[in-house]
Amino acid sequence: MDSKGYLDMDLLRFSTAGSVDDGKSTLIGRLLYDSKSIFEDQMEAVTKASQRRGEEGVNLALLTDGLKAEREQGITIDVAYRYFSTPKRKFIIADTPGHIQYTRNMVTGASTSQLALVLVDARKGMIEQSRRHLFIASLLRIPHIVVCINKMDLVDFKEERFEEIKEQFEDFTSKLQTQDISYLPMSALLGDNVVSRSKNMVWYEGPTLMYLLENIHISSDWNRIDVRFPVQHVIRPNTDEFHDYRGYAGRVGGGVLKPGDEIMVLPSGFTSSITSIDTFDGPVKEAYAPMSVTVRIDDDIDISRGDMIIRPNNVPKVGQDIDLMICWLGRQKLTPRGKYALKHTTADVRCVIKEIRYKLNINTLHRMEEAKDIGMNDIARIQIRTTKPLFYDTYRRNRITGSVILIDEGTNETVAAGMII
Amino acid sequence: MISYNLSHLKELEAEGIYVIREVAAQFENPVLMFSGGKDSITMLHLARKAFYPAKLPFPLLHVDTGHNFPETIAFRDELMKKLGLRLIVGHVQDSINQGTAVEEKGVNASRIRLQTTTLLEALEKNQFDAALGGARRDEEKARAKERFFSHRDDFGQWDPKNQRPELWNIFNGRKRMGEHFRVFPLSNWTEMDIWQYILHEKIDIPSLYFSHTRSCVVRNGIILYKSDVLPEIEGEEVKDMEVRFRTIGDMTSTGASLSDADTLEKIIDEVAATRMTERGGRADDKRSETSMEDRKKEGYF
Repeated sequence: MDSKGYLDMDLLRFSTAGSVDDGKSTLIGRLLYDSKSIFEDQMEAVTKASQRRGEEGVNLALLTDGLKAEREQGITIDVAYRYFSTPKRKFIIADTPGHIQYTRNMVTGASTSQLALVLVDARKGMIEQSRRHLFIASLLRIPHIVVCINKMDLVDFKEERFEEIKEQFEDFTSKLQTQDISYLPMSALLGDNVVSRSKNMVWYEGPTLMYLLENIHISSDWNRIDVRFPVQHVIRPNTDEFHDYRGYAGRVGGGVLKPGDEIMVLPSGFTSSITSIDTFDGPVKEAYAPMSVTVRIDDDIDISRGDMIIRPNNVPKVGQDIDLMICWLGRQKLTPRGKYALKHTTADVRCVIKEIRYKLNINTLHRMEEAKDIGMNDIARIQIRTTKPLFYDTYRRNRITGSVILIDEGTNETVAAGMII
Repeated sequence: MISYNLSHLKELEAEGIYVIREVAAQFENPVLMFSGGKDSITMLHLARKAFYPAKLPFPLLHVDTGHNFPETIAFRDELMKKLGLRLIVGHVQDSINQGTAVEEKGVNASRIRLQTTTLLEALEKNQFDAALGGARRDEEKARAKERFFSHRDDFGQWDPKNQRPELWNIFNGRKRMGEHFRVFPLSNWTEMDIWQYILHEKIDIPSLYFSHTRSCVVRNGIILYKSDVLPEIEGEEVKDMEVRFRTIGDMTSTGASLSDADTLEKIIDEVAATRMTERGGRADDKRSETSMEDRKKEGYF
């Protein structure tokens, strides 16, 4: 094993969504199997479990469906995380269920993904579920979408069928705001266009799925323009060696920080400059997302968790009246005018729901302005007012400074995922 | 144009540091669970990075089953001395003596289940509200569904069907009195990531991980060290074998593998070529299809 090569690999997080019969488990099984990420004892356990259930062949879904309830009911309930790597990249798959009652799990899986795989059965073409997956991917601003038109073997590998389905999708995706969508004809079962090129579809000149996954350009998915450094923790050693040391620890949320940069601290508005950016391994010349570093500044200013370090010439929005698209995750319905705890970067505040603008039918994208009843899995646009100002960007501009969660103060459950408009 | 690109190991490191700092910020009395195995050693390394140049803002907790390898305990004590860390040890033997845990009988007796009792007792006695653990999602299928911040009720139990959704990198550590969290900063690491990181960062690990000769028995295809605490089976052949351990647990249930890998580079080659998962040699996982899920529900980490 080449250890130097291993240190050069980068990381791609992608999500899949799908139901039992569209070949999702077969595809994941194949990616894991072909990259040698399934082990003999796992295969043996899955084979045994399949036999016990009286199933023909090996049910690869048993590899990913780890919970007792999932295995009993034969469905994916929760998000499962799977790992594989090739010499070029390491991959994290957030494998999520596709059914509407698990929209919240899809949203969860999508929130950390850079790429979404949408699977379609070539016999069925675009169905309601495909529209839902595409919509959630675009709502959560997953930068890259790959539509896998699967089971091409069952439509005689016909180019016309592929083109027909592609057109169905393009009609729909023109209403969405995702920039990068690829279409790929494949047979996950036979392996066509998964890792190796299909001999059955010579008319297709595009890349295989594995080539796409390995080569899609991802470093530009982070915001490198607007400096945003939410302060997570203050480091004060109080030792003889580091007597006056005071550093602000956090994970870069956007832009590039360098020693010598003029900075401003929110909410105080004080300005200063960066004296050094520290890590355990020594100071660094620059820090960018998603690095975890410790920033020291020139002046003795009172800074604590929840504050944000920015550049004076590039200030985020500061405000208390905030418009959100939310996905409701809680079992109890949203309480109109209700009060919730809110987390945004490292800040904790409270908020009140001021207005429910509309609920979205996620199959048709129709806005239901009369519908004020927001329950689990619903997508809605709302306006809130926070107890203290947030320093934020729109979710479109920055996924880190543009996202919030709402928490029920009675149960402490996370009840909504919010994207700032 | 300069390319700002983090390697995947650097990204995992940054994620782990972020999670550990979040624990220090969100909880009043956290603790880091240290077993002396490679994962908790790696987690400790990340924790030192997270607060540098300050000291760790929380102590370490080791649940000693009394069946630990002596090498693990010696390694642990030396590391604590070298780094000047505060260690709390919870003894399974104490739980047995006071009657809160009951020793299993027979040749397959193990103290794995009993650890849960001792762990929960130690958390309660010290009033810890968050326990950092080195578990990884790629280890086991029930762990694949774990959150970074895993909520436990006042009995320490995990309710897999009722987990809080975890979005972006916003972690919800709110809880009621008596409840606590298990937090897993290495969730997204694989076994290979751990080894490559240990090599790259030159992290010390116990000698058990490297190939050595020891007296062993083979039971149900699993190679076990014939220690004093392993129940005897009459007529069983004990022989010297060249082995190493891929994971470190109890002497009674951790299987060794035949190996001549005596350097980190050789271990990495071996891990890359192997066709068995690392927990494949853990008798504790083989008790049933869902033994890990069952143990986790009871409060295991």
